[in-house]
Amino acid sequence: MLDILFKNCTIIDPFNRVETKADLLIEGGRITGLERDITPRDGIKTINLQGRWVVPGLVDIHTHLREPGEEYKETILTGLKSAVAGGFTTVCAMPNTRPPNDSASVTRFIIGRARECNLGRVLPVATITKAQKGTELTEFGDLLSAGAVAFSDDGLPVKNSRIMRLALEYALNFDALIISHSEDLELARHGVMNEGRMSTTLGLMGIPNAAEDIQVYRDVRLAETTGARLHIAHVSTKEAVEIIRSAKRRGVRVTCETAPHYFSLTEEAVEGYNTLAKMNPPLRTEEDREAIIEGLRDGTIDCIATDHAPHSTLEKECEFEKAANGIIGLETAVPLGLRLVKKGVLSPMQLVELMTVGPCKVIGLEKGGVRPGELADLTVIDPECAFHVTPQNLCSKSHNSPFLGETLEGRAVITLFEGRCVFDLHGMVS
Amino acid sequence: MKHLLGMRFLEREEIEAILDQAEAFKEILERPIKKVPTLRGKSVANLFFEPSTRTKLSFEMAAKRLSADTVGISKTTSSVVKGEDLIDTVKNIKAMKTDCFVIRHASSGAPHMIARHLDCPVINAGDGTNEHPTQALLDCLTIKERFGDFKGLNVVVVGDILHSRVARSDLMALTKLGATCSVSGPATMLPPYVEEVLGAKRIYDIKEAVREADCIICLRIQRERLGDLPLFPSVREYASFFGIFPEVLEYAPPESVIMHPGPINRGVELDPGLADSDRSLILDQVTNGVAVRMAVLVMLLAQNN
Repeated sequence: MLDILFKNCTIIDPFNRVETKADLLIEGGRITGLERDITPRDGIKTINLQGRWVVPGLVDIHTHLREPGEEYKETILTGLKSAVAGGFTTVCAMPNTRPPNDSASVTRFIIGRARECNLGRVLPVATITKAQKGTELTEFGDLLSAGAVAFSDDGLPVKNSRIMRLALEYALNFDALIISHSEDLELARHGVMNEGRMSTTLGLMGIPNAAEDIQVYRDVRLAETTGARLHIAHVSTKEAVEIIRSAKRRGVRVTCETAPHYFSLTEEAVEGYNTLAKMNPPLRTEEDREAIIEGLRDGTIDCIATDHAPHSTLEKECEFEKAANGIIGLETAVPLGLRLVKKGVLSPMQLVELMTVGPCKVIGLEKGGVRPGELADLTVIDPECAFHVTPQNLCSKSHNSPFLGETLEGRAVITLFEGRCVFDLHGMVS
Repeated sequence: MKHLLGMRFLEREEIEAILDQAEAFKEILERPIKKVPTLRGKSVANLFFEPSTRTKLSFEMAAKRLSADTVGISKTTSSVVKGEDLIDTVKNIKAMKTDCFVIRHASSGAPHMIARHLDCPVINAGDGTNEHPTQALLDCLTIKERFGDFKGLNVVVVGDILHSRVARSDLMALTKLGATCSVSGPATMLPPYVEEVLGAKRIYDIKEAVREADCIICLRIQRERLGDLPLFPSVREYASFFGIFPEVLEYAPPESVIMHPGPINRGVELDPGLADSDRSLILDQVTNGVAVRMAVLVMLLAQNN
């Protein structure tokens, strides 16, 4: 267990609404001191964290770990390594594995594997319907008992509105959370990127904003009808932000997330048939990007989730139309979020909130934050550290990032989980 | 110019240079011995991953007129049917010391991807719903021969603009050369931002669309591209509202001409009689196809020396 004294940290802790400069003492893995000036006792390792942030361990509620079934893309172990390298100590594993997480045995397998890895917390999300087929509900009660934290059919959204209604209704018995990848599959059909100027420029078939908006409205309306808890995954359009904003005003129990790429990139990134910019929902326009940022600012969007979607070169170095959707995101989320802080769009506290308290509230996870008595579950962020995004510098098994080759600014440098150091970029702790 | 991937990447001067070169080559095609040694010892691989008759033959003819050696594959005979990766396929053919690749592929951007992986010229012979640059060049040459200049010229492209790589390349090339372009057809087949991106005005009524047109380019209704859902109610209705028939032509200027990239669905997008009339430039287009492809091959391979 860890004994260490962090001097001169900038503590940003939205759980306890604390933003202060202080020293942080960790003894036996537990936070024992948080004061202005702690004198180091004999023999304790002391690190000066001047200019660096100490924040609660980040939480990502949308991660694809690919195990079981697609271990050539990512495993629970490599996914967790990537998570802690990005500053995340908790990730929600999406259920579209092979087999999908539609039974308690798969849920238990994921939790068991994660425990063996012992790097971070994995909270499995189970499917809404058996085999994501959209026809029969899974055993919500059994899955929750096994450790599932929410339900989502992810990339294969529930098409039949009646089944979606049933899912939301049945979720009421357990106060369970339904997560929706809201997309009208028929409108999106044949589309491989955003429908707009770029799709016409590149001669690629487009997916209109309406494909997302229509389904977001359907799902929000069904949440309103049933009174159930609904979370909209990866919001990408300005209209969807508006639909959710107005639903929240009406008191609908809806939350939502966006991914860093939707506030960092636009459809322009697809230029040159760049398969690393292919994802679903697709990268939209500048207008949408600005609306997403406004949604983050005014609290319409509850959290930033990565939608970390590892794919091997087999799925990405091919024809654009054939290429798989999705990019990895765990390790680049912090630097991309920091851009918003540096531009003055978000305060440091807002950014950390969107990556800790926000996602915890969505899934109902209790965390203590940075306060004496807690087991250390913390991330040290260096806002200035240069991060050259190369395959060698990434911990994920896959390297499908549109930021490959770029040098980003700021990243997680130390990650502590359950009182142990699980990531230490510069070898400062060990 | 290192590759010919699309009209999007060509400057006006480059297009003009290709057309000039093509005009010079047309003379060779009239000779009794239609062959020059310009590309002797060069090998050109024609990789047609999608069916094609005239473009494939035209490229082959162009290469042979220049004394280049040609090899070719088509989808049914290649190991693509065994699931071989596209990049692997072209790298293997490149390893046989190929000097130039001509690519036809069902995916937009496939030639661009190949060009990134190879250090020799790649010519796009039609990629998905993106571009068909040599078709645009031959269309431009045909128009230039007929009208002399592109300034002040009105061209309307009629049909499935959304899925047509010919329409996209034509519009990009013609607007760069100074022509005024418009598009017409079922609104379900007109792409978003067509005016902003492709510089072509949308005109929904076909009679109005042809009113000022010096040149009417009809597109083939590509039934195989419509996927599971028809984008218009019936072929019959298409023919009567969007087909180019004598009744429609009455609204067009009398000296206007008709072009079509072929193959024609006679009686659907174009009246069977009009296709063979003296207003049709369709066979001139085909002849010019060989000339512009010769020009492109020479310009890319000569530069590569």
